[in-house]
Amino acid sequence: MPESHSTAYDSKIEGNVIFTRFDAALNWVRKNSLWPMPMGLACCAIELMATAASRFDIARFGAEVMRFSPRQCDVMIVAGTVTYKMALAVKRIYEQMPEPKWVIAMGACASTGGMYRSYAVLQGIDQLLPVDVYISGCPPRPEALLAGLMKLQEKISGEHSFRNQKPELTERLEDALS
Amino acid sequence: MTRQELLPSLEKSVGEKIQNKTEFRSETTYTILAANLREIAKFCREELSFDYLIDITSIDNFGEEPRFEIVYELYSTPLGVHLRLKLHISEDVGAVDTVSDIWPTANWHEREIYDMMGIKFNSHPDLRRILMWDGYPFFPLRKEFPLEGLPSEMPDVAFTKVTPMEGGPFVTMPSTANAKDREPRARPPEL
Repeated sequence: MPESHSTAYDSKIEGNVIFTRFDAALNWVRKNSLWPMPMGLACCAIELMATAASRFDIARFGAEVMRFSPRQCDVMIVAGTVTYKMALAVKRIYEQMPEPKWVIAMGACASTGGMYRSYAVLQGIDQLLPVDVYISGCPPRPEALLAGLMKLQEKISGEHSFRNQKPELTERLEDALS
Repeated sequence: MTRQELLPSLEKSVGEKIQNKTEFRSETTYTILAANLREIAKFCREELSFDYLIDITSIDNFGEEPRFEIVYELYSTPLGVHLRLKLHISEDVGAVDTVSDIWPTANWHEREIYDMMGIKFNSHPDLRRILMWDGYPFFPLRKEFPLEGLPSEMPDVAFTKVTPMEGGPFVTMPSTANAKDREPRARPPEL
């Protein structure tokens, strides 16, 4: 009578292995740990602070680690009026953030210039940076910022992360497979 | 010196240098010549206890001559007396003596006036722009400067573009309508 053998690859992790796409796993990791760059320029920053505080608690979405160094950030939250004097400084900070990076334009001013139809105010940060999520409001309530953050998480979970990060490798793999 | 004696003693000492005096709701305004500004300012500070310069304002009376007007708001903290000094300068002169050595707070006020109106202050210790960046080519609060701004470019420092004003100006209408209809919106000005 033949002896029976365990067929588990490793019986210690049997049943604990999950199969998924690489993109899905990577996106899941990214979207639940979005470290914000708090680009607080005006009163929207007060709502941003409220969102981070205990009542609204942005930590529930993994975005509580406000970093004041752009090199450690994933998402820049442009909260407030961007004047022309500040505009290139904002762009410079954005350029210092490592890829992958996202931008949330929080409030009317950051999205469109808001009520400041003026010589001194940039009419929307999207003239300088690629904005992923716009949040309406003047200023938006913390719930709106959280909704925007969830929108961004939704967007991230649909991204082709591997292809975006390693375009040459993806191309070579596709060539080999075809 | 009591507060009643303060302004009469000013008029007694430098009265001949005061061009015009107006009283409105017990606010006293003296119009003076730009040439006499420093002498009168020094006298106000040192002899008359006007130790607090509240503000310096500039006015652009575009189309009139002299074009610019500068207003000094003084206050005496020991006696509680306000005083307003006004002077006119034409666009060709475009400069007035600084009072930043008399009231140090004037330093930034004068920088702001220079930044926004382009009026220079003679022997100011640090006459740079204060709000806009060095090299911005316009003086935005002059009347001929359009509300939507003008394009400018300083590589790596800043740039400006013309602001879209579609449907503007944004105005609030005084009426008994509810807040939704009253709030500032883009409305044609004739409404």
